[in-house]
Amino acid sequence: MTVRTVLLVAAALIAVGLYGALSQQVVVMVMMGLELMLNGLILAVAGLWWFCAPDPSGQVLLLVVLTAMTVEMAMGFAVATSLHRLRRSDLTDTAADLSG
Amino acid sequence: MLTHLVFWGLAVVAVLAGVAVFVVNSMARASYSLALSFIAVGLQVLLLQQLYVGVLVILMMVMEMAIMAVYMNMFMGMNPAMMSMNMVHGARHALPVSVGVFLLLAAGALFAPWPSRRGSPPEDVTVALGTELMGPKMLTMGVVGVVMAATIVSGVVLAAHRTRYDRFGDDLRRRRVADPQPGGVGR
Repeated sequence: MTVRTVLLVAAALIAVGLYGALSQQVVVMVMMGLELMLNGLILAVAGLWWFCAPDPSGQVLLLVVLTAMTVEMAMGFAVATSLHRLRRSDLTDTAADLSG
Repeated sequence: MLTHLVFWGLAVVAVLAGVAVFVVNSMARASYSLALSFIAVGLQVLLLQQLYVGVLVILMMVMEMAIMAVYMNMFMGMNPAMMSMNMVHGARHALPVSVGVFLLLAAGALFAPWPSRRGSPPEDVTVALGTELMGPKMLTMGVVGVVMAATIVSGVVLAAHRTRYDRFGDDLRRRRVADPQPGGVGR
């Protein structure tokens, strides 16, 4: 376990999450892709903290990433609920009002 | 040696469970796969000696996936265990883009000249984190608290079926309440 191997695993998680976020049609599945990317980010930050600069401020950054993740999930669920209520649909293609 | 083996085992579980999220043919299985991936990463964070954050990741994500399962049962309008998952668009572009991003990140991870460790970890990592948050990083803690509170309010406003803004107007000054079914005693 070195900083390189930890970052390699994190890169794999980010890439898989990116595939999901780009390709999925259901809003919840897009959110899962974003979550997976943040999952990789958590691992990368944790690895960099431990192997490069293990002082407590790095852990504070990790807590900020976790907060971003929580906010993303809560707001995503709220938007998907609103979308479902208004349009009876949970597909990203029906929520393209802001595109273009 | 054992740490390395455990780390690689968890790495394989985390990545394969992540892939399974987009491969399995049910949304329920997809959310449990994501939970498994998060648990594996949480255990890896524990291996990296960040006990508080590792446990937090595991507990938070298990709860989140439980909420997601309830959410799917409520809104998806079908049996979430039987839904066809072949609902993708632009997969032809998404796959090469994500493979390209992986290669780029992997090249950076493997070939960048990473610095050697600066300083040594605190004796009790959790105590150090708490002291930092309640001391020099209090601003971060304060901002995180406000953001979480704002998220709760915005989430409720977005998700609620009818709120006081629907009933009394955006400025809350409507005299007659706009209810689909008038209530009260007819005054």
